[in-house]
Amino acid sequence: MAVEMTPASGVKSPSGSRADGLKYVKPWFTGNFFTALIGGGIGYAFGHWLGNAIASGYSVTVNSGYNDVAVYLSLLFGIVGWFAGLGALNYPIQKLLGLEPLDPPKSEKRTFWEHWTYSSDHKVVGVQYLFGMLLYFLVAGLLALGIRTELLSPTYHIWAPETYIEIVGEHGTMMMMMMTSVVMGPFGNFLIPLMIGSKKMAFPRLEAASFWFTVPSFLILLSALWQGGFQSGWTGYAPLSIQGGPGQSDYDVAFMLMAFSMILASINMTATIINYRAPGMRWSRMPILAWGLITTAFTMLLSVPVLVDGLYVMGLDRGVRTAMLYAGHGGSSFLWENLFWFFGHPEVYLLALPGFALTTELLPVFARKPIFAYKTSAAGMIGVATLSFFVWQHHLFMSGMNPDMRPLFMLTTELISIPTGFLYLVAMGTLWRGKIRLEVPMLFLLAVFWNFLWGGVTGVYNSDVPVDALVHGSFFVMAHFHFTIMGQLMFAVFAGVYYYVPLLFGVRMNDKLGKISFWIIFISFNSTFLPLFMIGLLGQPRRVFEYAVRLQHLNQWVTVSAYVLGFGILLYVINLVWSLAVTRTPSEQNPWESQGLEWQVGYPVPKDNFEKIPVVLRSPYYYGYENPGPIADLDPSAERVAVVSGGDE
Amino acid sequence: MAASQQALAERKQDDRRRGWQIFAVWFVLVVITDYLVWFVWGPHMPPGTMTNTAAAQQFDFKVLTAMVVPVLFMVWIYGGYVLINFRAKPGDRGDGVVITGNRKVQGIWYVASTVMVLFLAWFGTFELISNNGIGTGGGPSPIWKPNVKSPLVIQVIAQQWRFTYRWPQFGGMETTSLDLPANTTVKFDVTSLDVIHDFWAYQLGVKADANPGVNNVAYTTTTSQLGRFTVRCDELCGIWHGAMYNYGHVVSRSAFYSWAHQMQVQNAGVTKLLPPFSLTYTPSYSGAGGGYYPSYDPNGSTQTY
Ligand SMILES: [Cu+2]
Repeated sequence: MAVEMTPASGVKSPSGSRADGLKYVKPWFTGNFFTALIGGGIGYAFGHWLGNAIASGYSVTVNSGYNDVAVYLSLLFGIVGWFAGLGALNYPIQKLLGLEPLDPPKSEKRTFWEHWTYSSDHKVVGVQYLFGMLLYFLVAGLLALGIRTELLSPTYHIWAPETYIEIVGEHGTMMMMMMTSVVMGPFGNFLIPLMIGSKKMAFPRLEAASFWFTVPSFLILLSALWQGGFQSGWTGYAPLSIQGGPGQSDYDVAFMLMAFSMILASINMTATIINYRAPGMRWSRMPILAWGLITTAFTMLLSVPVLVDGLYVMGLDRGVRTAMLYAGHGGSSFLWENLFWFFGHPEVYLLALPGFALTTELLPVFARKPIFAYKTSAAGMIGVATLSFFVWQHHLFMSGMNPDMRPLFMLTTELISIPTGFLYLVAMGTLWRGKIRLEVPMLFLLAVFWNFLWGGVTGVYNSDVPVDALVHGSFFVMAHFHFTIMGQLMFAVFAGVYYYVPLLFGVRMNDKLGKISFWIIFISFNSTFLPLFMIGLLGQPRRVFEYAVRLQHLNQWVTVSAYVLGFGILLYVINLVWSLAVTRTPSEQNPWESQGLEWQVGYPVPKDNFEKIPVVLRSPYYYGYENPGPIADLDPSAERVAVVSGGDE
Repeated sequence: MAASQQALAERKQDDRRRGWQIFAVWFVLVVITDYLVWFVWGPHMPPGTMTNTAAAQQFDFKVLTAMVVPVLFMVWIYGGYVLINFRAKPGDRGDGVVITGNRKVQGIWYVASTVMVLFLAWFGTFELISNNGIGTGGGPSPIWKPNVKSPLVIQVIAQQWRFTYRWPQFGGMETTSLDLPANTTVKFDVTSLDVIHDFWAYQLGVKADANPGVNNVAYTTTTSQLGRFTVRCDELCGIWHGAMYNYGHVVSRSAFYSWAHQMQVQNAGVTKLLPPFSLTYTPSYSGAGGGYYPSYDPNGSTQTY
């Protein structure tokens, strides 16, 4: 039935066999975040000099001293310098020279300092991702408050119009770029090996690289703020994006780096889940989070390269004045719209799927029941992922592009609600006759279903061409995708962080504060985004700084709610940081009484996760069974491994 | 085993009883709410009924909302019921009942959701075609168009950051304001001189992207309802996107023609200087393209503005 592959062993250590004629070398130097900054700075300066040396006559505005070639080259060399400074290039260069690089010894317990280095330990990378993503999310969230502040009044302006557009673009781009990895990064890297019984991820160095791409991506995107920003929003429609200044090139390169990060992470995730499952971890026993992440990873792998294409074309149009995205010279502004949304629509499912997988993964623990219709759940995710490649032109219903194809795209888009509906079926079935424990993570999980319901049903309005004629490009759409992405994905992440902090750090977050922050976040989230549907229906387009006076009260309501929402999220983060840094209330092992394999190793997770590769005996969702037995044999005898991995049931 | 068989049968019966309870509450609430949606809220739903396309959009909006209500209530009522009835009592660390699937429930779910989705897709397509594109941009040569001999043609020219309107039937004059006659079929030829904009005439139920180098056609037919409508740019087009709006009016036919003829006379001096009417324009000489590309067009197929 299933493909069963047993990895021979975990991380191989070359020490011990020194007599094999290979020349072993230690890394030339071990870098960290700070040396990377220095390396990046040197590379940046060099690239800038080079660009000006070879293309100073290529500036858009004569004698402005600014040409996009210099901007692109400075960022390109900056990245090379960044990775050189991290020490990431030691290994490949030593390999090229015919040497056999030695990995630095792995410490028994994760140290604080390790998290600032180019570590290939999946647990370190997971924690790096966790705090990286939190930081990106908070910065982008702060920008959202900047937007809402401007919209307090239709006529009185806090920001200049160009500043307002900068903030809108930064907020959107940062969220949409970075949050693609908010589940796969922290939870995927940390938990997947533990869940499937592996000692490591398949490609530890790719794993490290995937995280260390996100940091310069974030820094470059943020730096656009000091360079005039970009006026094109996260969608970067040409030829508006061709007009933009250096900030637009930052957008281009930052998005490109994040695309590389996604590609690397998804290669790693698919390879790991396919090849590194412990014996007995059949597809039919796989945790639903692993199903979600493998479908997400496949979707990424197929869609993100198209984004890379688009960004490359934009770079050429901007840097060396090709005219591929410009209507007047044989190009077409439709080209970017197609390339962007061919990535962009699968992307929104890259955001939604992991959120759903995480939600479905945790739901049985708090319902104390097995997952209802497990296969339907996996099929739903595969269905969503597959269909997501056939819907992109629903963003372009009003564009005049392929107008006769709209019925087809309407059909494919609406078909997606069938597999999406499966996820509701699974959740509703799982709760039936459960013993529901309303602990903090469960509250967030239930909120996911409340929020996503709004996002889901309003998606039907967007997908229907006649109604889309009303709502397209308005605040209605904006409210819709905030319900699906923030209301679903981020709530799932809040649940997941709360749930997994005991396993990651051995401490528990404060339940009382957790409950308070949940209710503030939940109520203010709905109070922020539900009125936005109204505002959109009443005719307010997105990304405007001036709007009809009659909409002022609604907009003010939304802004005040958004402040409260910001406060709620801050409270949640304070709870997290306070629990980790100050109170450190130790958690019992497996505080949620989960049956998942990841909880069997307990805190602190040993250096190589498992002493021996375990033999998995059953599904992790045997709640309510009289004698479920252990999920896995953590100390299997040799013949047992042979039997289990031998063949079908 | 007999005992557990009996327990299973009892549970099944209990499931059925609970199912009917949920269904009854759901049914009553859905009937009431859908009545309100259709008859009370419905007539006030956007975008109103100033044109046939706006009215059609409103009708579709009502249909969709009436269909969404049962879905919302299904999840809410079920969720509320489950949370009240199957919540663990304080201190109860026990587990729930093992249920890994239910063929019948799953089957009903698959079929119902498929039927609903297929209906929606059919309905949307039907409305799109029978309303001649329902006021949306249908590209340069729409295949669905109203059966009218000579509609009033208005070219909408978007540029950063304003709309101008060109009237081929009135000597190719250009105006900055937009008046429309009542009870008339109008053809909008929407194009842009620089970046992508979107012509959204909210109360008219018209929305079409303004793409550089492309003519995007949208049709609508005004009714006898007179009044003001809003035109907003609905696609991010740069710094002043938020300020790219103006207003137009639907007026009586006689008022429209006297306005149009007056504008034609008034603007005659400017009209002379304009390039001949064309479906798209290359903006290089006007500088509207930002001066990034050289002013000649190697393809040379479009008119110079
Ligand atoms: Cu515009």
